Amino acid sequence: MWERIAEELPRFFTYYNVIFFLKAMFTTFLLSLVGCLLGSVMGGVLAVIKITKSNLLRPLRIAAVVYVEFFRRIPFLVTLLLIFFVFQALGLEVSVFTVAVVSVWIIATAFIAEIVRSGLEAVPKTQWEAAEVLNFNLRQTLKMVILPQAWKVILPPAFSFFVLFIKDTALASQIGVVELTYSAKVLNNKGFSAALAFGFVLLLYYTISYPLTKFGTWMEKKIEIS
Amino acid sequence: MKYLSIDQCDAFYGDQKVLECVSLDVDKGDVVSLIGPSGSGKSTLLRVLVGLNQPTSGRILLEGEAIDYKNRRSLKKARERFAIVFQQYNLFQNMTVLKNVTVAPVKIQGRPKKEVEAEAVLLLEKVGLGEKLKSYPDELSGGQQQRVAIARSLALKPEILLLDEVTSALDPELVTEVLDTIRLLAKEGRTMIIVSHEMGFVLEVSSKIAFMDAGRIIEVGEPRKILEQPDTDRAREFMGKILRH
Repeated sequence: MWERIAEELPRFFTYYNVIFFLKAMFTTFLLSLVGCLLGSVMGGVLAVIKITKSNLLRPLRIAAVVYVEFFRRIPFLVTLLLIFFVFQALGLEVSVFTVAVVSVWIIATAFIAEIVRSGLEAVPKTQWEAAEVLNFNLRQTLKMVILPQAWKVILPPAFSFFVLFIKDTALASQIGVVELTYSAKVLNNKGFSAALAFGFVLLLYYTISYPLTKFGTWMEKKIEIS
Repeated sequence: MKYLSIDQCDAFYGDQKVLECVSLDVDKGDVVSLIGPSGSGKSTLLRVLVGLNQPTSGRILLEGEAIDYKNRRSLKKARERFAIVFQQYNLFQNMTVLKNVTVAPVKIQGRPKKEVEAEAVLLLEKVGLGEKLKSYPDELSGGQQQRVAIARSLALKPEILLLDEVTSALDPELVTEVLDTIRLLAKEGRTMIIVSHEMGFVLEVSSKIAFMDAGRIIEVGEPRKILEQPDTDRAREFMGKILRH
């Protein structure tokens, strides 16, 4: 096997192949980043809706619970295909990349919503009460009292979710998104050995996710200090 | 017209009735103490006043005007006039002592930061914590935290101060420093409703004592009378038990 890889190497790292891989890596990166960022925003909103108490927001609260419970329970691949066919059925001409981003967004929303909710609930109820009797509204309570205390509970699981999810974006190759896994498949089909093609992609995945983990640790430290 | 009038209030925790037909009048400058066994509804009554528990029936009138606890504006107005200090202090853990005291006047009431901070420093000096402005709550002792909590509630210039067992989470040694602070406030003629188990202290500062049991106010009257010669058997039994130790 090693001899074969050694023989293939010069042909493997041609200018065009490297560009192809870097583009695919950027796609994986962008897919994870945009999907998870949008998912974090929406997840945060859902989490806040879920902890409200007013009767007026009850329908929204139920919708949030149904959403979260539903999308946390179906496999990512199923969501991906579902969104793919929904776009098709609606006759919307969108790229497969957009389909993949929307799918990541939908799933990330559901997971992040639960992570944020448990973080908010980890702050003692008495902190809410103290803010309430001082006439803080919901936004002020969250911003000035609850979130500053909840971050350290939210961040570790959130980052571990992001890291996990970068790997799951590989499934987007199933609908034809040219991301890292897809690019390895292409080169494998061109005749390069699987060990080389997928082995190299493995390194590239690592290059994306390792700095993210480091960034997460850095953020946690920073919050610990402040 | 009474200054503060609690008129036949009921309140529930879930299905359980925790206040039953509670009525109590408070005059301006009064220091009213609520005493009675645990679970008798003393703390609940304070929580009802600030709207942390909603009264299910009855009315609470401030200078003749009923507070509508279901109406946000009415509740907000009421909360500007009441301030509550909790048994567990409930200081904001993510803020310094000074920030804890100034955050509501500055961010919520929109008063100028400089002016509020100057007042806050004076208040904190008054409760003996002028040196601790930059400390965080978890760096302070319980007694110190409780005095910060009192300063925080005073910074809002409330008309009526509600103190919910403010010394029961403290070491005996620390109780004195908090009680001294409250004595000071009583001397200034501030209207207060105090829930406390410190009978000697209650006798000293109160203008009126209400004895509660099982969600009801059983007896109200002069401090000495309630503590030493109560009319009801239940109150006599309670006083007998606590005065024995």
